[in-house]
Amino acid sequence: MKTRYSRQELFLGKESQKKVESGSVIIIGAGALGSSSAEMLARAGVGKLTIVDRDYVEWSNLQRQQLYSEADVRDKLPKAFAAKKRLEQINSGIDINSLIEDVHGLNIEEMIKGHDVILDATDNFETRLIVNDAAVKHDIPFIMGACVSSYGSTFPVIPNVTPCLHCLLNHLPVDGMTCETVGVISPIVQMVTATQVTYALKILTGAQISPVLRSLDMWKDEKAEIDLTRLKNSHCPTCGEQPTYPYLKFENQMKSDVLCGRDAVQIRPATSRVFELNVFMDRLKGNATNLLINPFLLSCVFGEFRIVFFRDGRAIVHGTHDKRIARSVYSRLLQYYSA
Amino acid sequence: MKFQLNGKQVELPEVVDSVGELLAHYQLQSRIAVVEVNKEIVMKEEYETKRLFNGDIVEIIHFVGGG
Repeated sequence: MKTRYSRQELFLGKESQKKVESGSVIIIGAGALGSSSAEMLARAGVGKLTIVDRDYVEWSNLQRQQLYSEADVRDKLPKAFAAKKRLEQINSGIDINSLIEDVHGLNIEEMIKGHDVILDATDNFETRLIVNDAAVKHDIPFIMGACVSSYGSTFPVIPNVTPCLHCLLNHLPVDGMTCETVGVISPIVQMVTATQVTYALKILTGAQISPVLRSLDMWKDEKAEIDLTRLKNSHCPTCGEQPTYPYLKFENQMKSDVLCGRDAVQIRPATSRVFELNVFMDRLKGNATNLLINPFLLSCVFGEFRIVFFRDGRAIVHGTHDKRIARSVYSRLLQYYSA
Repeated sequence: MKFQLNGKQVELPEVVDSVGELLAHYQLQSRIAVVEVNKEIVMKEEYETKRLFNGDIVEIIHFVGGG
């Protein structure tokens, strides 16, 4: 056991190794990025790891989500639980917490408290912006990471130093490209998490990080780096001089309500905007059936669900009374709007 | 037009002479992206007016959802 971290300690130094061992990291999401970074951090001996995920393990995860096994799929284990089980086999000397929860603006602050670093392993922008608000509010570095296909990007949000994600975005993108419809190969996952975990180790040991947005396409062999210092916005509602942390506010949460007796769930998006229903309908052709449009709404059958989508982004998902399923179907449908 | 884009030499049609046109060429106009031309970040409001010239060094990083 004494030699367990010897190679890392030779590189980092004794003092820094101690800092790693007394450090704590929370990973938001336990899919591909979350599995990969959790394993590296557990092996590195980070004292406390918290893993948050709302989903369970499926066959299509095994190609890249390295903590899971066929048995986890058969047992339909929640990812956070299965991840903890595997990580404890890898390193029994650290404290591993799993939270089987859906992250939203009203629970994120409680989750991140007491951690030194937050790693982004979510699969959508809405959640990233929520975590970003909480990270800046509680002054905890937040390492963004994302990937699809063979492309990935990273950016370290260091509160009071770098711009935050909100500085970069004028509005909440509905572009929800996720691995589910676009596909992804595992090497890009490893490249993104290699960068994220390096940042995490640097933060834990007190090393400096530059505010550089990095992207990489493994297949096309392209990479880019942009220093984002100039984008720090002093009027940013999250990290500016008068922050309001909009994504943590109750009224800005995506809301879903089960419609009693109708086997349907109503979804109301976090931010209001006007959708061009004609454009949406064109993009849905071939991906949805029974398309019908009027000046107020668009109706279609998408997979096994009938969806009625209103101009303001509100929707009713028929065929389920499970809010989680409805939200997921809603997000998948919206991908076509900006595809 | 010849640029260095994300570290690679590319040759694009002559109509691609602004940041806006470049984003459209790569179908990134509805995406959240950060664009840098010759080491200067181009703000969103300048996308249509920011002209591009042969030999410019351009970096585009767009945001994706997955993880």
